[in-house]
Amino acid sequence: MSTKPWFSNLKCRECGRLYEKEAIHICEFDFGPLEAAYDYEAIRGVLTRDLIESRPQTMWRYRELLPIDGEPTVGTQVGFTPLVKADRLAKALGIRSLWIKNDSVNYPTLSFKDRVVSVALSRARELGFEVVACASTGNLANSVAANAANAGLKSYVLIPSNLEQGKVLGSLVYGTNVIGIKGPYDQVNRLCSEIAGKYGWGFVNVNLRPYYAEGSKTMGFEIAEQLGWRLPRHTVACMASGSLLTKLHKAYKEFTDLGIVEKSTFSIHGAQATGCSPISAAFKHGTDIVKPVQNPDTIAKSLAIGTPADGYYAIRSMRETGGSCEDCTDAEIVEGIKLLAETTGIFAETAGGVTVACAKKLIASGKIPADEEAVLCITGHGLKTQEAITGKCGEPRVIGPSLREFEALVADEVSIAS
Amino acid sequence: MPTVRIPAPLRKLTNDQEVVAASGTTLGAVLDELNTAYPGLGERILDEQGVIRRFVNIFVNDEDVRFLQEKETPVKETDEISIVPAIAGG
Repeated sequence: MSTKPWFSNLKCRECGRLYEKEAIHICEFDFGPLEAAYDYEAIRGVLTRDLIESRPQTMWRYRELLPIDGEPTVGTQVGFTPLVKADRLAKALGIRSLWIKNDSVNYPTLSFKDRVVSVALSRARELGFEVVACASTGNLANSVAANAANAGLKSYVLIPSNLEQGKVLGSLVYGTNVIGIKGPYDQVNRLCSEIAGKYGWGFVNVNLRPYYAEGSKTMGFEIAEQLGWRLPRHTVACMASGSLLTKLHKAYKEFTDLGIVEKSTFSIHGAQATGCSPISAAFKHGTDIVKPVQNPDTIAKSLAIGTPADGYYAIRSMRETGGSCEDCTDAEIVEGIKLLAETTGIFAETAGGVTVACAKKLIASGKIPADEEAVLCITGHGLKTQEAITGKCGEPRVIGPSLREFEALVADEVSIAS
Repeated sequence: MPTVRIPAPLRKLTNDQEVVAASGTTLGAVLDELNTAYPGLGERILDEQGVIRRFVNIFVNDEDVRFLQEKETPVKETDEISIVPAIAGG
């Protein structure tokens, strides 16, 4: 791999002002978000399907389109998760063709956050940070803790104090500093913005956010490659801040503009939990003014962001691509988790239940036409949010170690081969 | 006087002061006073129509003013106002 500077600047998404590639995330003039900008002309001549296919199966095979200067040093084995053809789920939802992009088995911490952390911490090292940190609803904390441990970086992860056990333990085990904040995620986030301004730490989703966010594009690149170098007609992604959805959009556009895939129509749809659905509510009301949700109340805690940083841009992406947006109740989330598990063998966390439940509604309403094709992005593993379905999937039937008891138990269910 | 916490990107305008004081009985009045004391600060926080910019969050004693009365939010002598960039997290 070359170290030519494909990644050129940071650029304000609002006013277009250019900034140096430092640990900054907002424009000094209008507070707009800074985004990584690339020298696409230089990349066009270099990045080809053949080159990508010649590289190891990780997210770094798209390295020219990721915002670091040198070689990646953290999370070098992240990504290239399976794209699973889900015929039984397609039948259950009433659609011709369905795929699951399964980031519940991403490496090393079983969520799509390993993608963003890999980029953020590689960049943190390039910028000389020795302490890294994040504001998280759980998955990000897990990934920062694990990847920082492997990289030998000191880390602090700040989370709402009421998260699921699996997510708390899944950070503590790596020896990170876990700080629980009494309050919803949005207050954790605000505190982190203030800490980031005061301490010289690399906050992956505050002052390193322009780098971090770009990691999500690799999910879109992989989907296109795994479909045989083409874009899916429909993509459904869950939304917390809305960042993933906007980056799927960017990924599809970049691949199209670079000629890596042929131009084709694609729509990106968003999914939220009704108990915290500021983006869905704004979309449905036909506005792009995202009204904050003060007290999120949903079992999909990983999506419980009341003031979504990229809500405005997520709405723009959905509208621009002819996509749509749905939200679902806690009961529907549980049904979504179970349906996915029973038809595909994939155990998703609550956010995945949201994606499946909302996809079901989008297909039923014809917003995703039944004779077309969709990819559902499953972003985290169900073992992390077990509380949500405990007692809702039945209980084991317990018997003694006796063939007679077993036969009595299953007498009505099976016939013994004779 | 109410105090105002200034975020890092705006401290060039406040001579690197992290916390400044400004008088006023509403948030809008405090922001006006701030702009007089530190010219240029107002246009960073408010758009051409005088509305709080899309990517700026303002809190009065930890409460988002979008849940209160925006610029009309009353402020008391002892209140703490925080200006925080909206783009973070997720």
